[in-house]
Amino acid sequence: MNVSILFDNFSMYMDGFYHTLLASVIALAGSFVLGVAVAVMRITVFKPLQWLGTAYVEFIRNIPLLLITFVFYFGLPNAGLRLDGFQAGTVALTIYTSAFIAEAIRAGIQSVSKGQMEAARSSGFTYSQAMLHIILPQAIKIVIPPLGNQFLNLVKNSSILGVVAGLDLMYQADLVSSSTLVVFDVYIFVALFYLVLTIPLSIGVNYLEKRLEKSY
Amino acid sequence: CGSKGSNGEASKESKKDTLAAIKDNDKIVFGVKTDTRLFGLKNPSSGEIEGFDIDIAKQIAKDILGDEKKAQFKEVTSKTRIPMLQNGDIDAIVATMTITEERKKEVDFSDVYFEAGQSLLVKKGSKIKSVENLGKGSKVLAVKGSTSSQNIREKAPEASVLEFENYAEAFTALKSGQGDALTTDNAILYGMADENKNYQLTGKPFTDEPYGIAVKKGQSALAKEINASLKKMKSDGRYDEIYKKWIKEDPAE
Repeated sequence: MNVSILFDNFSMYMDGFYHTLLASVIALAGSFVLGVAVAVMRITVFKPLQWLGTAYVEFIRNIPLLLITFVFYFGLPNAGLRLDGFQAGTVALTIYTSAFIAEAIRAGIQSVSKGQMEAARSSGFTYSQAMLHIILPQAIKIVIPPLGNQFLNLVKNSSILGVVAGLDLMYQADLVSSSTLVVFDVYIFVALFYLVLTIPLSIGVNYLEKRLEKSY
Repeated sequence: CGSKGSNGEASKESKKDTLAAIKDNDKIVFGVKTDTRLFGLKNPSSGEIEGFDIDIAKQIAKDILGDEKKAQFKEVTSKTRIPMLQNGDIDAIVATMTITEERKKEVDFSDVYFEAGQSLLVKKGSKIKSVENLGKGSKVLAVKGSTSSQNIREKAPEASVLEFENYAEAFTALKSGQGDALTTDNAILYGMADENKNYQLTGKPFTDEPYGIAVKKGQSALAKEINASLKKMKSDGRYDEIYKKWIKEDPAE
């Protein structure tokens, strides 16, 4: 393995790492908020909202991320809104991941026994109080592992920025690879940079899972 | 038993010498572009790849194996072509590939088969008239793994360069207003301007980029045959015919 590839192009790797990290953090926060909102829409008793939430999830999660990214980068300028590669990639990643997060959260909430809601309501809780104090605390435990999976996928999927000149790790690696004509070594270092992001995330999710298990 | 032994010998030999392998298999596999108008483009209705590179490759197959139908084509990109050649997936690259010193370390090149030069494609009415106009804040679009992306960084150091997977995506980015100009070899830009009348080439070509046919390092026998074939098709008029068919100009002397 040729370590000089890493040192000779270190500033490009770091620039890529910075953009990958930034895109991941923004998309992680954004997709969580959006995912919770859509999940709530899907379990609400108000039918039109339910349909809207279902349509969103089914539409978004059944299209390749690459195509969603193309829509935001190549398509949106036709509608008068121009996002650069980094912005378009991050927005696409957020929207794509939010559909999966919505599903994970919905499944978690619905896996809490119906009796819990009924008991809470008959004890005088309103629907939202019951949701907030009884259902969600139980659901969160169930939701953590699949949510962790989605976040890990999100970090890795951020490589989609590379195809729309989003300045991320994959993009920089493509440039290093094409100027040095080295393929394998260049991407090995990319893999290491991704691990720097994903391993701590993985550990964090496992820790959270253990903590919540003890709490009841 | 003896015949078995000699068969084993032959297959070992053929791994070493591409030309012998080509003659053994009675076919020659070219790595070509399938996204490059005028040079190598997949015709969506027939599924055939067509273009200048394809016709040149067919004539080489005709000269080496006696029949242009013995040319087979595999799709390559600027990023995949050298690894595919080195893996033995293809015998030669005819894919708008510029001869450079850097690449000569990895592959062997034939003589020049097309004289290209880098230029700029802009929307008609653009303020950019030449490479000198690409100052700070301007964005130039290019393709990953191409010499043009490295050249433009030298010629327009102030401009930022955005690189894409292929020409279709780079051109779509230009049409979407993601950049001010698209840069690559003029031959390819002519193809884009030919298809999209709102776009034009601007300024004179600012580099000299000879295209060559690449073979695996050390395959001098095959390189020699390819050079002989190129010479032959230039002298008997086949080359001029192909040039006029695609570039719509006479070859420059």
